Amino acid sequence: MAAGGVSPGGPLGAYVPGTSLLHRCPPGPKLLGLLVALTLAIRWPEYVAVPAVALFALARVPPRMALAQLRPLWLFLAVAFGFQVLAAGLGTAIEVVGGILLAVALASLVTLTTRVSAMLDALVVAARPLRRLGIDPDRVALLFALAIRSIPLITEIVRNVREAQCARGAGNNPIALAIPTMIRTLRAADALGEALIARGIDD
Amino acid sequence: MIEVERVTQRFGDRVILRDVTVTLAEPRIGVIGSNGSGKSTFARLLNGLVKPSEGRVTVDGFDTRREGGKVRRKVGFIFTDPDNQIVMPTVAEDVAFSLRRLKLSPDEARDRVAEALERFGLAGHADHPAHLLSGGQKQLLALASVLAAQPETIVCDEPTTLLDLRNTRRVGTLLSQLPQRVVLVTHDLDLLDEYDRVLVFDEGSLIIDDKPAPAVAAYRTLMASP
Repeated sequence: MAAGGVSPGGPLGAYVPGTSLLHRCPPGPKLLGLLVALTLAIRWPEYVAVPAVALFALARVPPRMALAQLRPLWLFLAVAFGFQVLAAGLGTAIEVVGGILLAVALASLVTLTTRVSAMLDALVVAARPLRRLGIDPDRVALLFALAIRSIPLITEIVRNVREAQCARGAGNNPIALAIPTMIRTLRAADALGEALIARGIDD
Repeated sequence: MIEVERVTQRFGDRVILRDVTVTLAEPRIGVIGSNGSGKSTFARLLNGLVKPSEGRVTVDGFDTRREGGKVRRKVGFIFTDPDNQIVMPTVAEDVAFSLRRLKLSPDEARDRVAEALERFGLAGHADHPAHLLSGGQKQLLALASVLAAQPETIVCDEPTTLLDLRNTRRVGTLLSQLPQRVVLVTHDLDLLDEYDRVLVFDEGSLIIDDKPAPAVAAYRTLMASP
């Protein structure tokens, strides 16, 4: 079915249900904690590494799932590591790459232990001051939810278009891929808009 | 009760529906017709997704043109492609989305979501990303989400067109057991056997309005003629 089937949920919507302290912590404090942890991780990765692993264990995230969150980074980290070794030496390279790795791991720990709906509710609270500017915080939250929801939809559209091109022997022409993808995406957006109206978004 | 009075529907110069008048009061109503016959537009008129160019549509006295919100609380809508209907990233969240306008307490909302998922065999998928469900499960989720808001009528626009035989039967059976009034637009003519009434559309006109057996027979004859 959907292309996201390869890794369970991909980077988004990869919530691991649980009842740990991290799961029960409300998203607001968790995000603030993340901010502090990220600052520490970049500055002193050597002190943050062990607590970070401990937090993963506390949240009972399966190691396979934890590694899956970091997999998209390997290539980037390898390049960064090589560059840092040449530019600043091995010690700095380990520190920089370790810092980035920890930062991403900690951020994904928040994703893994927070329901999207809880995150959206926190966003509504955070966006409340925008009401003075005439922006509805619920709309802001819905916008984010739809953006997250659209990722697998568009992935699927791209895959379908690519398959159709292959079946017709159209090769790998980027324009031949882009135009039908755009048209189908706009059509899906229309349909989604219709569904939002039917489900009472404006009532 | 849904009343469609002398509705003509145009998109630009094209006439999609021509002078349709019908009162829908029965619990089970089927709508059939060839592609482009206007049945899908007819379905969208019933909850105000499409506003009539001429004539009017009322649901329990509420005009779809002026009181769309009240109408859509009464009339839920199921689309052909559940992917376009599921708006939230995970299964339980999508059901919860339907409940937002009801302003329930968090506990009550949670119970309702759990109940809806249980009823449609999705309880084990509550926290799964919606896009990883199978096609059949997605349509069940769409149904669960719409029914959680407890509408009085649900209008389904070819809900089984993308499903395999097993899921088509399953959705058909679920629809036939609902306490709600069901208006089912479909090409799966077998699903309409037990229905109270079947409307047949052809080239924008309502040409047959009868019991399922004679209406389906007449439709088959019509489609067989060149």
